[in-house]
Amino acid sequence: MTNALEIKGLRKVYKGGFEALKGIDLTVQEGDFYALLGPNGAGKSTTIGVISSLVNKTEGKVTVFGYDLDTQLADLKRQIGLVPQEFNFNQFETVRQIVVNQAGYYGVPRKLAHQRSEKYLKQLGLWDKRDQPARALSGGMKRRLMIARALLHEPKLLILDEPTAGVDIELRRSMWDYLTQINKEGITIILTTHYLEEAEMLCRNIGIIDAGRIVENTSIKKLLTQLSRETFILDLAEGHKDISIDGFDSRWSDDNTLEVDVEKDAGLNNVFEQLSGQGAKVLSMRNKANRLEELFVHMVENGRKQEESSQ
Amino acid sequence: MSNASANIIALKTIWIKECTRFLRIWVQTLVPPAITMTLYFVIFGSIVGERIGTMSGVTYMEFIVPGLIMMSVITNSYSNVASSFFSAKFQRNIEEMLVSPVPTWAIILGYVGGGMARAMIVAVIVTFVSFMFVDISIAHIGYVILTVVLTSTLFALGGLLNGVFGKTFDDISIVPTFVLTPLTYLGGVFYSVSLLPEFWQNVSMANPILYMVNGFRYGFLGQSDVGIATAMWVLIAFNVVFFSGAYYLLEKGKGIRS
Repeated sequence: MTNALEIKGLRKVYKGGFEALKGIDLTVQEGDFYALLGPNGAGKSTTIGVISSLVNKTEGKVTVFGYDLDTQLADLKRQIGLVPQEFNFNQFETVRQIVVNQAGYYGVPRKLAHQRSEKYLKQLGLWDKRDQPARALSGGMKRRLMIARALLHEPKLLILDEPTAGVDIELRRSMWDYLTQINKEGITIILTTHYLEEAEMLCRNIGIIDAGRIVENTSIKKLLTQLSRETFILDLAEGHKDISIDGFDSRWSDDNTLEVDVEKDAGLNNVFEQLSGQGAKVLSMRNKANRLEELFVHMVENGRKQEESSQ
Repeated sequence: MSNASANIIALKTIWIKECTRFLRIWVQTLVPPAITMTLYFVIFGSIVGERIGTMSGVTYMEFIVPGLIMMSVITNSYSNVASSFFSAKFQRNIEEMLVSPVPTWAIILGYVGGGMARAMIVAVIVTFVSFMFVDISIAHIGYVILTVVLTSTLFALGGLLNGVFGKTFDDISIVPTFVLTPLTYLGGVFYSVSLLPEFWQNVSMANPILYMVNGFRYGFLGQSDVGIATAMWVLIAFNVVFFSGAYYLLEKGKGIRS
């Protein structure tokens, strides 16, 4: 299978000497739904900027579906649809002008661009707004417009830089459904996000970037097997503040809410047996934090410690 | 689809987008030059001009018409591209083009074509306005067209360079205010340089706008303060230099890529 994206030894040093990328290697296979995670300033947007040629790289090699960034730039650009983090369309143009013009930049004839604009604007629920200026759209509609714009030349690789930032839950879920659908239809997707739940739900593979280095590049499945401990929150009926659970770390966060740390292999049966034995009634239970979030924090911290010790 | 036809579609798209932009705000782009030039014709042409009499063998009104049309062409081609390109940078919608496979030459020609289109429309409007004040005939239509095309191209390229270098909206008003306007007024729009002392005549020869105004005046009236061939070559040379500069800067990503 062809690699959709291959990055080798990518470095970016900005004017002033700040090294945003310190020689990263990354491979994304065709058809993948890949998440690139990292804290603010980790280098996610710089990486995407280099791939989409908005940022000039200092060193390294980037290929997209075999097309080299240095020698086959136009062909490489044709493979990519980019949904940037910030709204970057002309707010005075209409929705349809924005998508049709974008198709034109890729050499799509105007008639075909109009046909495709109908298809994608309908799919993304923007067809009724086609003749409205972009500034009149809501934040969620503007996000969807950027997705439609990125798809009009029918790219093989769609890159989304935090596409659901500031989007309400309902819209976020409909965007997830749409992205899952187009991924199934064959479009490779690379997504950066702050919502770790989003990465866990959508993506098959994941790269964690921190301080300009890739600290992990694996499948979500494998990553989650590294998780050794989870914290569960149990909502109990009133009147059981005196109970204790042997063999587990636990604490009360309020009169009726108990937090219990459970090792991966320990299972929850023992917890429930002890609670039942003491007459406690469990009303509901949930994970304290997103599992991936715990791993993410752990990995980023480890990466930093390693870097500090190597200096 | 071949790369060549894809590039032509991209070029046409940028040009259409640019034309749509200035036509959408026609009250700001097309009406003001008509009003300003009408005032020039009334004040300098009719009221003051009648007391001046003739200049270079024609009435003062006939003398200033080509210069005033050229002044509109210069201002409009420059400001159209400078403001449009800078706004695209400011709003970051220039990225729409940068991430796509549009070649640099197509970006330049698309923007310049938009500036030229606005300049031509304004030139036609101002020419029609001038007909209300004077019966003017055209001596050499070829030179009229050639001069207006070369001039609008040159100043559209100038506007593009200004847009590339501009970091704030102030930056794109500095050049028109402190460079273009003085050079235009001193470029022989309202007088013949032959009226100046020899020293100032020589200084005026360093002003590129003098060649444009005179090339255009030659097309209308058949007379010029400078050789027509010289005027055309100066225009062509400046165009080549400005296009090369714009191409180099955009390829390098000056002001548009990190």
